[in-house]
Amino acid sequence: MKYIKNIAETVATIFEGMAITFSHFVRRPITIQYPDRIEKPVQETLPLRYRGILEVDMDICTGCLACERVCPILCITIGIDMDKQTKQRTFGHFDIDICKCMYCGLCAEACPTGSIRHSQEFEGASYNPAGLVRHFVKEPVPLYKPKKGGETDPTMAQKVEIGLKYLDEFATPDKAGGAAAEEG
Amino acid sequence: MRELVEQALREGYFQGIPPEFVYAGAMLLTAFAVLSFFVAPLAGVTSWLERRVWARMQSRVGPNRVGPQGILQWLADGIKNLLKEDLIPAAADRRLFTMAPYVVFVGFLATFVVIPFGSQFIVADLNIGILYILAVTSLVVVGILMAGWSSNNKWSLLGGMRSAAQIVSYEIPAGLSVLTIILVTGTMSMQGIIKAQGWAPWDWLVFYNPFTFIAFFLYFTSALAEGNRTPFDIPEAESELVAGYVTEYSGMRFLFFFFAEWGNLYVIGAVAATLFLGGWQIPPVTDHPLLKGILEFAVFFLKAYFWVFVAMWVRGTLPRVRVDQLMALCWKYLVPLSFICLVGTAAWVLVWPQGNRAASIAMFLLGVAILIRFSLRVGYQIRHARPELYLKPYI
Repeated sequence: MKYIKNIAETVATIFEGMAITFSHFVRRPITIQYPDRIEKPVQETLPLRYRGILEVDMDICTGCLACERVCPILCITIGIDMDKQTKQRTFGHFDIDICKCMYCGLCAEACPTGSIRHSQEFEGASYNPAGLVRHFVKEPVPLYKPKKGGETDPTMAQKVEIGLKYLDEFATPDKAGGAAAEEG
Repeated sequence: MRELVEQALREGYFQGIPPEFVYAGAMLLTAFAVLSFFVAPLAGVTSWLERRVWARMQSRVGPNRVGPQGILQWLADGIKNLLKEDLIPAAADRRLFTMAPYVVFVGFLATFVVIPFGSQFIVADLNIGILYILAVTSLVVVGILMAGWSSNNKWSLLGGMRSAAQIVSYEIPAGLSVLTIILVTGTMSMQGIIKAQGWAPWDWLVFYNPFTFIAFFLYFTSALAEGNRTPFDIPEAESELVAGYVTEYSGMRFLFFFFAEWGNLYVIGAVAATLFLGGWQIPPVTDHPLLKGILEFAVFFLKAYFWVFVAMWVRGTLPRVRVDQLMALCWKYLVPLSFICLVGTAAWVLVWPQGNRAASIAMFLLGVAILIRFSLRVGYQIRHARPELYLKPYI
């Protein structure tokens, strides 16, 4: 009796299994064909708080060195020069070594204007380690001084707004619950 | 072909050359043409299709970069393997090691002699056609055993021994199911078996009586086991034996084994189509000989290729069986069942020597009912899919 039951079960289960695989056969695959056969770049589909490669908006950087000091592995190096005649302070260099960066996000948290922040960029391949050091200062630029009563220059105002918006996102206000609430 | 060579000889094209040499040359040329223009692309496209089908059943995409939808992938793989180094292990038995792939390959290629692609399109209509196929496919075991032994490797040897045990066992249910058909048709010639059937499904031998219906599935299962296909691919079980008898092979020799495996898949389908599914029989639509030949070829090819697809589908569905399960399945289930089919058909032929039309149509309706039930189950699975799915065939 067990013999016939075995045969019946074999036939029934194979029948059912074949139906399941056939139903998968006519479905669309869920593979995302990165990088060239996707509708829009992956970077555009990432959330705002995605911790990609660091970027710095030099136009709104105040040169407070908070990020350099807070960085646990010293991957940010900032050089500020003082012009003796005009007493004008300028950035000599602002380098971030992506090789060392561990994407902890402490620098972005510490930044008062939100000029240093994680971008949605993650494709960091390079032919040599030196290529992974991002230089944000091409020629000496002056430091940004926040104006009392808000920014008047419209293009600058836009940049300040972007930075502050990023800070808001990163700060996880109490009422939003933050990452802890999302992850339960 | 033969007439062409004889005519050329009569007209004195090959003066001074012994006619045996001319015939041998013509045979070599034909073999070369068949090999490069039919068998190689067939095995190649089958390998590509298998990877695609298997991928789609696992919600993957599969190879789709080389050529439209990746259809030239097999060409890329072939060229890559041709350019690779042909390694022979130091401790291997060199002569056997280098010969084994060709023995396997010949074992599979020799079956193409009797495969009836059309009423006129067959190399040799041997009067022992199906017996010939059963015999020459056994040559594959010899090749696999040679490969397993000569590699001087435990995995290879285990794979070879498993393959021998498996093929010796599964030859019996396969042979008995074939015998069931021979009882009905009274001939072993491939063309004779096809001529005993009709174009309509209820004239096919699979629906001849309940016993041939079961024998068909028994044959297909045993043929899968003989072709070392999943779920019976224990000779090369990659999770246990690295690659079984092909472990030590590389380059073109490695490819020859897989060439034979994928080509063999088509042979399985072709034999199933010939014995059970009416072969090249088409409804009488045209009298034009060329058009008729093309139609017959197309019908036969599709019938055979459908079973190639089913073999891929089975591979995507069922897990590999253990060695003891494999033997239990063969000796405890397939062999007794095929004996029942044989005796049952013998009795059936005794009672209704001309066949029972009503029973054939009833069996055909049963087949249709199974298909309808199957499509209902597929529909059920599709409706209950999460997340909601998109029915797009290509990507």
